[in-house]
Amino acid sequence: MKISARKVDQATILDVSGNIDMSNSPEVRRALLRELREKGVTRVALNLTSVNYIDSSGVASLVEGLKASRETGSRFVLFGLNDSAREVLKISRLLKLFEVYDDEAQAMAS
Amino acid sequence: MTPIEAKQPRDAKKASKFSRAFLLKLELRSHPELLCVVRGALEPLMETIGFSAEHNRAIIRAVDEAVSNIMRHSYQGRPDQPIELYCNRLQHSANGEKEEGIEILLFDCGPAVDTTKIQPRPLDEIRPGGLGLHIIRGSMDTVEYKRAGRLNRLRLVKFTRLSKGDCGPAEEKSS
Repeated sequence: MKISARKVDQATILDVSGNIDMSNSPEVRRALLRELREKGVTRVALNLTSVNYIDSSGVASLVEGLKASRETGSRFVLFGLNDSAREVLKISRLLKLFEVYDDEAQAMAS
Repeated sequence: MTPIEAKQPRDAKKASKFSRAFLLKLELRSHPELLCVVRGALEPLMETIGFSAEHNRAIIRAVDEAVSNIMRHSYQGRPDQPIELYCNRLQHSANGEKEEGIEILLFDCGPAVDTTKIQPRPLDEIRPGGLGLHIIRGSMDTVEYKRAGRLNRLRLVKFTRLSKGDCGPAEEKSS
């Protein structure tokens, strides 16, 4: 799994590639909290276009990001989810809690 | 013969109304980096059996969560403990219709699981963690835990055809 950050206007986009499971989900959590809590970025978008699989520990990292964004008054959005990622969020009844967009253009225009 | 195999309970092979055909056995250590290996082994196997892409994802999701739970809870994060996974093909004919499925048995040597303490948490709580059991139950048709001698045994079953309806994500089902 690889994760990198890039700035687009006032937002940070975190590009993730590979699979997110318990072997690497803490990296996703750290990256999200670094942007939201430490850097105080007002909008963070997580690009999951190149993520094939995400497990419950990955979902937990996303929930931590969501909670941090609510506490800091920033926005946290997801885009590029494949069927697998949508399904795991749906089963966890979390899909409706997140702002989810099809692609980067939609996420940035929101 | 591995330590787990030597202690494998007889009932793991007990016949049911379904005919059972052994397909695959995986022996692995409880290292999280091996989760991707398990997923990678199961995906082509499920495709070969004829599961749809949706069912394939559900099975892989459930097994991944189950193995993760063994690593995290049964072995407390120790990365060198044994886990065994068996895949059996299930076949059953009834009323002229053939039903086919997959049975996955997971064995570990951790301490007995107190099932009263592994109830899934309420999903209306927005907090990280505690989702694995929901995901397993929402992805499979049968989820059974049993203490078998000195082993923990988790049995997961998924059918290609269900009499109870769709087996996609169980978002609206109560747990």
